[in-house]
Amino acid sequence: MSTLKPPVGPDDHGQGPADAPVTLVEYGDYECPYCGEAYPVLKAVQAEMGDRLRFVFRNFPLTQQHPHAGRAAEFAEAAAAIGRFWEAHDLLYERQDALDQASLHAYARMIGLDDAHLAAAFEGRYDEKIRRDFSGGLRSGVNGTPTLFVNGERYDGPRDVDSLLTVLRAAAAERI
Amino acid sequence: MPDALSRAGVLPAGVLPAGVLPAGVPAPAFTLPATPDQSLSLGDLRGKPVILAFYPADWSPVCGDQMALYNEVLPEFHRYGAQLVGISTDGVWCHAAFAAERRLHFPLLADFEPKGGVARRYGVYRETEGTSERALFVIDGEGVIRWSYVSPLGLNPGADGILDALDALAAKNSAGAAS
Repeated sequence: MSTLKPPVGPDDHGQGPADAPVTLVEYGDYECPYCGEAYPVLKAVQAEMGDRLRFVFRNFPLTQQHPHAGRAAEFAEAAAAIGRFWEAHDLLYERQDALDQASLHAYARMIGLDDAHLAAAFEGRYDEKIRRDFSGGLRSGVNGTPTLFVNGERYDGPRDVDSLLTVLRAAAAERI
Repeated sequence: MPDALSRAGVLPAGVLPAGVLPAGVPAPAFTLPATPDQSLSLGDLRGKPVILAFYPADWSPVCGDQMALYNEVLPEFHRYGAQLVGISTDGVWCHAAFAAERRLHFPLLADFEPKGGVARRYGVYRETEGTSERALFVIDGEGVIRWSYVSPLGLNPGADGILDALDALAAKNSAGAAS
């Protein structure tokens, strides 16, 4: 239980070198307040770890609880198709209080995603990928959001910068 | 002390605390209220897999997350033809408010009178707290337990164990049908 399946692959959205000694995977929901809390923490961790860390985001929208989470994920996947995933990801977490459709359309214009493309995303163009992320998360033991995996193992510890850095540095040291 | 040991993570994975009904045992029959004026019997669900999710209480944060997670996984459970049922020692009105607030689309049964009676028969009642363990049972269409699991109380067990058990059940059924 609680090992990442499938492993990180070419379909994933990643930041940092593919051969970094540590890969941190987040299963997240754009409307989840705990993911919103984790967002600046993970940014700080990435800045501190530099090239020793690859960060990967996978979708785990809890759409029954969060009415905007599904659309937000569709928006981010559409942004990925034009090479702007991380801008979309960051925008969503920085403006978590405004994820209604009008806001998503405004964000799309900010990153150069045209209306027709966003409409296609809302009609389900990327839903297969989102479902695949979600289903892989379930199989990997994701039990809520955010759930983090460090080099493929679920991390259940505290999510503050220092605790995460300690764990990530230890994982990096193991690989050397 | 098996409870304390398993909660502390000392018991190896796959080892059940003493008294918890294991795989291979017929699931004890029960009838419990599902709403203020309806009850549900385990026997009503015969023929399809049943997932029994015992949890300590409505409203406590981890339970909320666990039941909310299962709510999202329902389509996946339904693909196996499986029916999910939540059980706690809360009363029907408490369940009704909880299910409405969280928009849960599966029944919550009230193991309220006699208190924890069903939890006791499955070996997952906690005397001191008067609640059940956070325990999962996957029961096959013939009413036999095929997988059981007790999670540390404060930890949401996720859905991977249930899905693996449903996979194993589906594989066994298709092998049976082929032979």
